[in-house]
Amino acid sequence: MTGLAFALLLSASLAGYVMNRRAALALRDGGQRLHSLGMFHGLYALLLVLVPAFVVTVLWIMLQGSAINALTMSGLPDGVVTDAVNPQLILTEIQSIAGGRIFGEPEPWKLEAAERMNSLHAASGWLLVLVVAALSAALLYTSRRQVAADFRARQAAERIVMGLMITCSLIAVFVTIGIVFSLVFESVRFFQMVPLTDFLFGTRWEPQIPIRADQVAAEGAFGVIPVFLGTLVITFVAIFIAVPVGLMSAIYLNEFASRSFRAVAKPILELLAGIPTVVYGFFAILTVAPALRAWGAALGIPVAPNTALAAGGVMGIMLIPFISSFADDALSAVPRSLRDGAIALGATRSETVLNVLFPAAIPGIMGGVLLAVSRAIGETMIVVMAAGLIATMNINPLDSVTTITVQIVTLLIGDTAFDSPKTLAAFALGLMLFIVTLFINILALRIVRKYREQYD
Amino acid sequence: MYDTTRPEMNVDQLHTKISARNVQVFYGTKQAIKDLNVEIQDKTVTAFIGPSGCGKSTFLRCINRMNDTIDSARVEGEIMMDGSNIYDRGVDPVQLRAKVGMVFQKPNPFPKSIYDNVAYGPKIHGLARNKAEMDEIVETALRGAALWTEVKDRLQESGTGLSGGQQQRLCIARAVATAPEVLLMDEPCSALDPIATSQVEELIEQLRSQFSVVIVTHSMQQAARVSQKTAFFHLGNLVEYGDTDDIFTRPQDSRTEAYISGRIG
Repeated sequence: MTGLAFALLLSASLAGYVMNRRAALALRDGGQRLHSLGMFHGLYALLLVLVPAFVVTVLWIMLQGSAINALTMSGLPDGVVTDAVNPQLILTEIQSIAGGRIFGEPEPWKLEAAERMNSLHAASGWLLVLVVAALSAALLYTSRRQVAADFRARQAAERIVMGLMITCSLIAVFVTIGIVFSLVFESVRFFQMVPLTDFLFGTRWEPQIPIRADQVAAEGAFGVIPVFLGTLVITFVAIFIAVPVGLMSAIYLNEFASRSFRAVAKPILELLAGIPTVVYGFFAILTVAPALRAWGAALGIPVAPNTALAAGGVMGIMLIPFISSFADDALSAVPRSLRDGAIALGATRSETVLNVLFPAAIPGIMGGVLLAVSRAIGETMIVVMAAGLIATMNINPLDSVTTITVQIVTLLIGDTAFDSPKTLAAFALGLMLFIVTLFINILALRIVRKYREQYD
Repeated sequence: MYDTTRPEMNVDQLHTKISARNVQVFYGTKQAIKDLNVEIQDKTVTAFIGPSGCGKSTFLRCINRMNDTIDSARVEGEIMMDGSNIYDRGVDPVQLRAKVGMVFQKPNPFPKSIYDNVAYGPKIHGLARNKAEMDEIVETALRGAALWTEVKDRLQESGTGLSGGQQQRLCIARAVATAPEVLLMDEPCSALDPIATSQVEELIEQLRSQFSVVIVTHSMQQAARVSQKTAFFHLGNLVEYGDTDDIFTRPQDSRTEAYISGRIG
């Protein structure tokens, strides 16, 4: 039935296009001067029919399920829904019976309710088709009546398209707001169980709390500092590798490399950016970590199997193209006249780069570095595979550390109740991650924007 | 029109600073300058005039080897400066450019303070032994560029915050600060308003007492106002070269006459 409804609204809007365009052209052929081209008259009809009918159909599909459920439940005989039974369970059972999945011997009233549910579904489908047909016809009629020589069809159609564009851009905004709110609400629930100060200033992170009352388990501690410290260590290692390597390669490729070297090296560098992070994770855990252990053993230094150095180092490699392409853009954006000015004063190439190009490009480079930092903080796959799980207060990169993202993943994996502090802690961590990266991003965008204004 | 009675001009013996012999410049396969010969005198303002694309800027950029920075550019022939070829293999273009300053069409101050802009050249060439000497160099250069009184109280402000005319004079001060022997100016007034233009022209007149100035200009009035010698370029050829008075009043070549009377270009 839904398919039929969609077919109906599509053909109605196409019919509207053809009809109104013909009508407009007929007016023109009759000797009148049209305000808008015939195409716009057609487009106006098409949009006028398509948009409302489409919205109605989608809303119908979204809302019909809960409406039918409510109707089914209210039609149940008195007395079967008691406080002892969760009505949600009854509804689920009725739904599976209606879907043909019958287990055991259900009571007759359940069978009856399932039958009613199915007939409601069928009726709803037909009603939808009817509503769409009526709506389309009404809109077709309205739009057809508006065709006139001085009707501003172009402006009308443009207004509708503008409205569509506004809606599309608002979707992103509302989704962001929705994500923030869901994080905030769950975090608030968490902070009702664990005080905010314990979370922010606690130095122990042991989220293994008992799920059942009789279970033997630790009592749980939710101090975020060791987790945050781990994130910082890994981010620091990553940035420590990515910034010098990325910057140097950008300067070399931009200023010194021959054209042929550049033609080969640049695409390969950019290829790094296209490698999925899970592949980097393999690389970290199968290649880098064992190599580090072997070196450590050779030098007599104890190295953990999942070190911050391995995870952070591989993350740094992942960020190299990020930094280098930002730095490359920033260096290329420095006007040629500045370069010429320095060279004409007798500056060598390296003096030109160091004293003139680099300072002029530094805001752009800083913006890129900050965006890389926020990516490193939020990066998940590499650290899930290569970093540790236990939160410890240490900053030794040869030791195992854990990160915020790793903890979020482990907290939400497996059978967990959504009202225990263990699960809700993931939202608090997520909120924290969100706030930190948001601030870094805002800072980065400000710096980048400021630098754009300088040369325009 | 111009002041030939400056006392120091009469005392100094004018000699040839730069002499170009059979210079050819190619951009890829396209020849931009054909067989150019010219002698540029010391302590003289020499103007290069000619229609767009005639090669005057290209030749100017040969004198401090700025064309080296363009991959496809190739220079043949020789350009002698004080008797030695600047295109010799042993010549370091970096040191050459310290002796041959350049001012560009568009003011291009570095995004640094006014002081640092002027001090940059002396700093990289090690001209000052201490801060006091550097201060003196900066002040002298800014005075030489007739900018000192305007900026002396805000030397630490950014050079890009100055007006267009001030920026161009800052660029001149920057070039002067390295104590060059030749100053090349590539249409230095084309981005400036008339008042700033006249300030820069006055400045050029003063700079002549210290070194040889070569200026590319599209404005024939400007060439007539500021220069003692004028070279007319057309389609990559140096058509005519001589005293500015002669070029503008008694041109020998019909193309020169056509250009200065506004019929070509």
